Amino acid sequence: MGKRKISKNTRQSFITYGVVIAAYILLTVLASTGALSSTFKGLLVPVCAYIIAAISLNLTVGVLGELSLGHAGFMSVGAFSGATVAIALKDSVPSEWVRLLIAVIVGAFFAAIFGFIVGIPVLRLRGDYLAIVTLAFGEIIKTIVTNLYIGKDASGMHIGFLDGDILERGGKMILNGPNGISGITKISTFTSGFIIIMICLIIIFNLVNSRSGRAIMALRDNRIAAESVGINITKYKLMAFVISASMAGAAGALYALGQNTVTANKFDFNTSILILVFVVLGGLGNMLGSVISATVLYVLPETWLRQFSDYRMLIYAVVLIAVMLVTNNSKIRALVSRLIPGKNKDKEDEKNV
Amino acid sequence: MSDFKFEKGKMVPVPSHSIIPERDIGKTPVLECNHLGIDFGGLRAVDDFNFTIGKTEIAGLIGPNGAGKTTVFNLLTKVYTPTRGTILLNGIDTSGKNTVQINKMGIARTFQNIRLFTNLTVEDNVKIGLHNSKKYSTIEGILRLPSYWKTEKAAHERAMELLSIFNMEHLASWRAGNLPYGAQRKLEIVRALATDPCLLLLDEPAAGMNPAETAELMENIVKIRDTFQIAVLLIEHDMKLVMGICEGICVLNFGQVIAKGTADDIRHNPTVIEAYLGKRGAE
Repeated sequence: MGKRKISKNTRQSFITYGVVIAAYILLTVLASTGALSSTFKGLLVPVCAYIIAAISLNLTVGVLGELSLGHAGFMSVGAFSGATVAIALKDSVPSEWVRLLIAVIVGAFFAAIFGFIVGIPVLRLRGDYLAIVTLAFGEIIKTIVTNLYIGKDASGMHIGFLDGDILERGGKMILNGPNGISGITKISTFTSGFIIIMICLIIIFNLVNSRSGRAIMALRDNRIAAESVGINITKYKLMAFVISASMAGAAGALYALGQNTVTANKFDFNTSILILVFVVLGGLGNMLGSVISATVLYVLPETWLRQFSDYRMLIYAVVLIAVMLVTNNSKIRALVSRLIPGKNKDKEDEKNV
Repeated sequence: MSDFKFEKGKMVPVPSHSIIPERDIGKTPVLECNHLGIDFGGLRAVDDFNFTIGKTEIAGLIGPNGAGKTTVFNLLTKVYTPTRGTILLNGIDTSGKNTVQINKMGIARTFQNIRLFTNLTVEDNVKIGLHNSKKYSTIEGILRLPSYWKTEKAAHERAMELLSIFNMEHLASWRAGNLPYGAQRKLEIVRALATDPCLLLLDEPAAGMNPAETAELMENIVKIRDTFQIAVLLIEHDMKLVMGICEGICVLNFGQVIAKGTADDIRHNPTVIEAYLGKRGAE
């Protein structure tokens, strides 16, 4: 057989893998030679977590075409379930790598369950209900976690809601209501973050370039036509959303285990919007764009633009509006499509069957 | 309701609402509509629609604008749920089924205003049509197990084979939204065929085509019927196409069937002429 033709999608996925691997190698080398400042080193794990959150949200917004405004809620679920498990297993599982692996899997699992619970009623509806419900979900999770107490004592694990007085003498609080989880052993490393990013990217690209991924994109492009060729709409919407939620959960667990303290307020509505800004600025459906914009927009306010970091949400809002205006302007789009052939998108009329 | 007779030891319904009774007698119909109707509020969009299509018949559904032709398609594919009446597909009642199940039972359709997956390639559009025939699980897809490679290869070959009906293989890597209008219409037909139907519904397949393209389309519809051995029901305003290839024609006006028969019957039917041209034309 002759040489195999590499499709555009395959090429795109390999470029993304390449960029991520190159960035990892570069940063590892820089860190080992001492060229990176300690502020910078401290940002590596959170950046990885936000990259994972951004690419997972891109699966929902860019590939599935549904708007989710509560992605931080899934991160929160993953963060607190993952960190709780990691702390509870501290004595029984000595290996940090194994403990992190368990924590990430538990975080992903719990976030997937919540994604399923949120998705099953909402994704059956047509319209922007997912945005509304996920917005509420994020706030609900924040409130629940703020009032949740988990502790461990001689007789085992205890869970309390609203009431923190759950332990016998000598017990240790793990999740202490509004104070969150403190005293976390930092077991997330840059390498582990890199590995999880790669796994998420491989899952997303392989999904998108498979039968299920085509079904998901088909129902994004034209729901009525997708139904007419026998695609089960609810099943594929739910599949994409649950995968997306579980990745956000993994990101949350990774994030929490790289911090000393995590509180529920860390994953509020602003964080959800922050992740959405990463996705919109990186380009809907463009994973490499999400990786880059998450990195740049997370690192800039924390380092060189530190003095402006109070205005972060203000600036992002302005940038977001500007991007929306520019990409919806027919003249600018015509210019872009003239510069880059095959880049114009056409709107479908969904009303007339 | 329909009568029954014995055929190969099985009870089969005798079509009761055939367009051309002598032609369909003894054949099990692919599609049988009995007293089908739908109301939108107080409007009777379609009323008492009785219709039968034989196994490899090309049938036409014509009528003035707003007659309810597309509504009939939407009833057949369960985009709308009928208010009255039954639809039998290969003798099986389709009531209570949804659009997806109807497609799996064997009805595929195209749309009056083209509905392609515009951001995907032509090949992917056809592959989405193959969704239920070339299967592997999501896990197999994500892990790229051997079944993924095998099925994807089969799907690619089948997609190319189907595209070759309209000589569109060279367009396979184009974005569907960038195709010229005529090619988009053809791609919709290919996608519908990919779902392996026994009845193909074409909603104005020749709209926007020039005479040469229409002539080619006519040949292709007949070719599709002969190769796939399926029934075709088409809505069309181009009378040359309808009269040229439809073996049975049903005329609809204000949701009512006003005439059924062969092309010649319809051409000389005074009621049909009146519906299209008004009273004076019939004189």
